[in-house]
Amino acid sequence: MSQPRRLTEGGLIDRSRTISFRFNGKRYQGYEGDTLASALIANGVSLVGRSFKYHRPRGIMAAGVEDPNGLVQVGAGAKTVPNLMATQVPLSEGLQAHSVNVFPSAKFDAGAAIGWGSKLLPAGFYYKMFFGSPVLWRRVYEPLIRRAAGWGKAPTAPDPDLYDHRHHHCDVLVVGGGPAGLAAALAAGRSGARVVLVDSDSRFGASLLGSDVEIGGQLGSDWCDQAIEELSLIDEVRLLPRTTVFGYYDGNYLCALERVEGGPVRERLWHFRAREVVLATGAHERPVVFADNDRPGVMLAGAVKTYVRRWAAKPGERMVLFTNNDRAYETALTADGAGIDVAAVVDSRSAIDPALKELMAGKNIQHLTSHAVTRALGGRQVKGALIGRLNGDRVDGTREKIDCDLIAVSGGYSPAVHLFSQAQGKLIYDEALACLRPRRGPNGQRSVGACNGTFDLSAVLAGGANAGMKAAQLAGYETTAEPPIFTRSRQHGTIAPLWSVPSTGKAGKRFVDLQNDTTEDDIALAVREGFDSAEHVKRYTLTGFGTDQGRTSNVNALGILARKVGKPMGEIGTTTFRPPYTPVTFGAMGGRDRGALFDPARLTPMHDWHVGQNAVFEEVGQWKRPRYFPQSGENMKAAVARECVATREGVGIFDASTLGKIDIQGPDAAEFLNRVYINGWKSLGIGRVRYGIMCGEDGMVFDDGTTSRLAEHHYLMTTTTGGAAEVLDHLEEYLQTEWPDLRVRLTSVTEQWANVSLAGPRSRDVLATLAPDLDLSPEAFGFLHWRDGTVAGIPARIFRVSFTGELQFEINVPWHYGQALWDAAMTVGEPFGITPYGTETMHVLRAEKGFIIVGQETDGAQTPGDLGLGGMVSTKKDFIGKRSLTRADCLRPDRKQLVGLLPENPSQAIPEGSQLVEVDHSSRPPPIPMHGFVTSSYWSATLDTNFCLALVTRGRARHGDVVEVALKDGPTLARIVDPVFYDKEGARREGD
Amino acid sequence: MLLITCPWCGPRDEIEFHCGGEANIERPDKPDQLTDQEWADYLFMRANPKGRYAERWVHSAGCRRWFNVIRDTRTHRILAIYRPDEQAPDVAGPSS
Repeated sequence: MSQPRRLTEGGLIDRSRTISFRFNGKRYQGYEGDTLASALIANGVSLVGRSFKYHRPRGIMAAGVEDPNGLVQVGAGAKTVPNLMATQVPLSEGLQAHSVNVFPSAKFDAGAAIGWGSKLLPAGFYYKMFFGSPVLWRRVYEPLIRRAAGWGKAPTAPDPDLYDHRHHHCDVLVVGGGPAGLAAALAAGRSGARVVLVDSDSRFGASLLGSDVEIGGQLGSDWCDQAIEELSLIDEVRLLPRTTVFGYYDGNYLCALERVEGGPVRERLWHFRAREVVLATGAHERPVVFADNDRPGVMLAGAVKTYVRRWAAKPGERMVLFTNNDRAYETALTADGAGIDVAAVVDSRSAIDPALKELMAGKNIQHLTSHAVTRALGGRQVKGALIGRLNGDRVDGTREKIDCDLIAVSGGYSPAVHLFSQAQGKLIYDEALACLRPRRGPNGQRSVGACNGTFDLSAVLAGGANAGMKAAQLAGYETTAEPPIFTRSRQHGTIAPLWSVPSTGKAGKRFVDLQNDTTEDDIALAVREGFDSAEHVKRYTLTGFGTDQGRTSNVNALGILARKVGKPMGEIGTTTFRPPYTPVTFGAMGGRDRGALFDPARLTPMHDWHVGQNAVFEEVGQWKRPRYFPQSGENMKAAVARECVATREGVGIFDASTLGKIDIQGPDAAEFLNRVYINGWKSLGIGRVRYGIMCGEDGMVFDDGTTSRLAEHHYLMTTTTGGAAEVLDHLEEYLQTEWPDLRVRLTSVTEQWANVSLAGPRSRDVLATLAPDLDLSPEAFGFLHWRDGTVAGIPARIFRVSFTGELQFEINVPWHYGQALWDAAMTVGEPFGITPYGTETMHVLRAEKGFIIVGQETDGAQTPGDLGLGGMVSTKKDFIGKRSLTRADCLRPDRKQLVGLLPENPSQAIPEGSQLVEVDHSSRPPPIPMHGFVTSSYWSATLDTNFCLALVTRGRARHGDVVEVALKDGPTLARIVDPVFYDKEGARREGD
Repeated sequence: MLLITCPWCGPRDEIEFHCGGEANIERPDKPDQLTDQEWADYLFMRANPKGRYAERWVHSAGCRRWFNVIRDTRTHRILAIYRPDEQAPDVAGPSS
């Protein structure tokens, strides 16, 4: 028989559809409806992996999302996904899965040797090592830890799959498709509200799928099927199986991950905005801590029941049940009915419902009260359990050994309050239920069923229906009363808390968090070392840090902590619950926003032409700008040198369309400009252009550019390419919030105007050919003037500005004419040797002139004075940032100032960002005096040397001084000079 | 993610907005008459209350207009939204 642990009948599986899969290279078979975990159990595979720190053998412990052990790597190549929970992987034909964290194999693991030396790896190990020798850390600990603590492997190739994002608004979002969630969805759905019902499982029903309860006279799972059928017929109801809500954010915004079956999309990330939320997320069973409680074969009692009932798979042949509550007895009955030999039911409580005693006696099951399992025996598989009599807070000396291969354990149920807590809901410790349950939550949500501490089925269904109705009503719908539903199920019964079995000696490890290998001893150590709050213990011991977020360990850790510090549970508090509830793939988070769709690309109208010329592009904000246009065989340095010389000696053509442009209109526009720029604007005449600098209110340079007066009440402002949006926001803010009385309107016109810039002594000749009607003589068209005209037959506005230092005309035409103008300029410019140049050449030319680029020479900490532009600061008016310029810090004499820098060796390139330090400091004790840093650095073909702009302490008074440049390959020397390297008198802007 | 009701555009996701910090801090009329300390108070000092807080928001990815929000900093609940030219409504909750 290929599935030795599969029961011959029962289970919600399709036995007619056999599925082949591989686990750790070996072939197995399962059925449609299986998970990887249930199929492994049906095949008798008990060892699924090794633990994180000690590499101990581990098996499946739970049936759901709370399982700490069954982490697997699924698939191969680019599609592989690490660290999936075997309980969450639906079985599919050809599935390939591997254990994570094993070397070389799960059966023989070299890392298990760490277990013998575990005294070297106590809690807080990482933190302690940080104070040790850095060399030891780098050479020994880090490689060791990285090797030992691998959790799966990242794929090495780009993910070929598609991932989607979807946004959805609904009236009522029901999270969890168990009895409470189904009742809520039915009640809300019947009202006509737009309802979404979400469940992690491939099948709705949750606890109903693994039990024999009756609802409305039928089996719970049949009632569930009927409810789903009704819901699927309501137009406004959307059912989302295989979907996990992982985050609950402000304003009822919830995110969920859907694992899509079939189709081109692998996963879908849902963004819900819900008027009302019903949380029906259920509860997770927790284990009890005892020695070697991590052995494969130690399993949660409810999981044993679920594997038998839902998947007809036997987790063992001979079982010991260990419990502190009534609910777990269902597992004894289920196991007994399925032919598992129930060797003993061990109950830690002394007072027990006599009916339970009778029930066990009737089944001839050995029933021990006031007893506990003290240790699991066996290595890769449980071989037996040691049982002792509980006597207060200790265990009596003699212990009995019971042979078994399965220890089912139940320490009670912990409501899944994760989403409730993410929504800032507050918890209370319930003594009677021995669990943390919701106390008070924000508006717009309610918890129902087990996640609210309601465990009896009738109350669960009634509570769910009420919550569904209430939510629909609050969303504006009329509801009709839901009739009560008759149920038949066992009472949830009582519990006496037991977090861990009193220790009986040194033998064995007592695990609290199985995924992180945190033991009870680790918590004791944390408390001894002073880390005695819940948040401290978590960080010191890593409890709850795993991909399972400590679903089976957190409450036990709190209980153990409470006992160690002698406080009641209610005063211990909890750690913070944060998204995501379960791991989310990067693929899903990225969705379609990858590759070319990662960020919008802004292209100028001449972009295709640039591409055709093999331009090398650089990204400036979202703009793609040509950096240089290499001709065949040219590297960047050669291309930029050629473009620079051509522009300085002939004519260059530059695509400046990306410059930010803001249209400013209104009777108070001049007053407005006066307040936002540091220089004066009232006197600027129509037809004139002026360079302006803007500061923030802190007095630091924020942006610069030219503004032209187009008409009496009409200006056109240009901004830096990268700063356009910020400048507009800045101006709008002041206009709306500080000066709403100013009659001014702002409009972004960046993409209305293409800008072809002609620079160089021959630029006038080219423009004259293109615009024969225009008088371009210096007398008629002076520097810092603009003119309307027709250029190449296109209506245009021409600005005489210069960022290169050469005679320069910036020709603005409507965006769609950009290419036509460019083509015309290239054609008529050919006899003049017109040369396209990119941003790198533009940078070199402006740096030779000592012109700053905001964001390159500035980093938000430079005043206009620091940049040598203090003369522009108007003394006649207030402007944004003016008052700050006289703050003591801005008046310090030792501020860094803009200077030029020439390497003593002209061929020495100095990287931007290089630090400038005191020359010949070897004889001085540290610290070495620091003088400043390099902001721009280029090769200048014109100057035949490398040159830099730099910010240097008291720099303007230090022209001629030599500083040392700290470089990776050893220091070099450079001389501080005037930042204007070329054409100091500014004659070139008039041409030659 | 907050759901913010822009006074002009209606309810929109928080990602369409930018928060401009504390509201009702008027730019001084004559900054040059302020001491360094007074200017620094205006420039740098902001309240950081636990509870009701009036702050400015701008609908950056929408109408680009500024408005005022009263938000409870403990719960992130928005208690009121009003235009710059409107009076702040009375809202319950601990004051800042």
